Amino acid sequence: MMASIMSSSNPAANPDRSSTRRKKKKKIHHNPQIQPETPKIQWQSDAQQQIYSSKLLHALQQVRLGSSGSEPSSSAPRRVRDAAYGVLAATARGRTRWSRAILTSRLKLKFMKKNNIAKRQRKVMTVIAAAGYQPRRKSKVGVFRLKSKCFPAFQRKARVLSRLIPGCRKQPFPVVLEETTDYIAALQMQVRAMSALAELLTGSGSSSSSSAQLS
Amino acid sequence: MSSRRSRSRHSGSSRVTDDQINDLVSKLQQLLPEMHNRRSDKKSATKVLQETCNYIRSLHREVDDLSERLSELLENADTTQADLIRSLIMQ
Repeated sequence: MMASIMSSSNPAANPDRSSTRRKKKKKIHHNPQIQPETPKIQWQSDAQQQIYSSKLLHALQQVRLGSSGSEPSSSAPRRVRDAAYGVLAATARGRTRWSRAILTSRLKLKFMKKNNIAKRQRKVMTVIAAAGYQPRRKSKVGVFRLKSKCFPAFQRKARVLSRLIPGCRKQPFPVVLEETTDYIAALQMQVRAMSALAELLTGSGSSSSSSAQLS
Repeated sequence: MSSRRSRSRHSGSSRVTDDQINDLVSKLQQLLPEMHNRRSDKKSATKVLQETCNYIRSLHREVDDLSERLSELLENADTTQADLIRSLIMQ
């Protein structure tokens, strides 16, 4: 209450901002694991990789258990891949657009599987995205106004990049760059974790009596 | 100068400066595996963007290959529970 009274001199958008700031603070209290440093460092930490690996293992067990014909259209590698990206997005704790976009699209698939209508999916996506939606008219113009970046080649590549990062198709360029930085760091960790997991499984698979050795 | 003026007119929520963009681009460049970058000014922003796109595509391909490999390994593994315990212990 006090915050909104004190910020009454500021434009009307502030009460929303202060409430989101309060929400962000709440999030930090709930999750002591979140490091306030740059996201790059977070993805490079061993702890983060451990969290991801164990979550991935659990998810992969689900993939195996559910492989008895629930989704005959998707192949096993596809399901592993989807699980890997889903767990990666979940590990990101909703702080980046790309992770939220991945989680949103997975939710859509879960609920809309039976209907299978593209129009409805697009509607749902608009509703969900509207929660954190900023006016994009100005920012799109902002990309074109940049002094040294007016070359069509640059803009073309910026478009391509924004299409590569999930959830960033229509975002302004600085946002795309920030998301890219985090996305690349997360992908690097994902590759490290999956490689380590594959190594472990390869090592254990070669000796059939390994489980006996373990006990 | 006119571009700066029109940018400030439109700014509102997005106060974008070239310096910010350059800063972000150089941060991005440091992530790319090409050189472990100290000479950040040598590359044009377009080049960095191009290599970023290529790098992301190659990372996607690597994840796909690893997914294939993992799916085969999981298919062949007898007990997943033993794998789980083992990998958690071997931290």
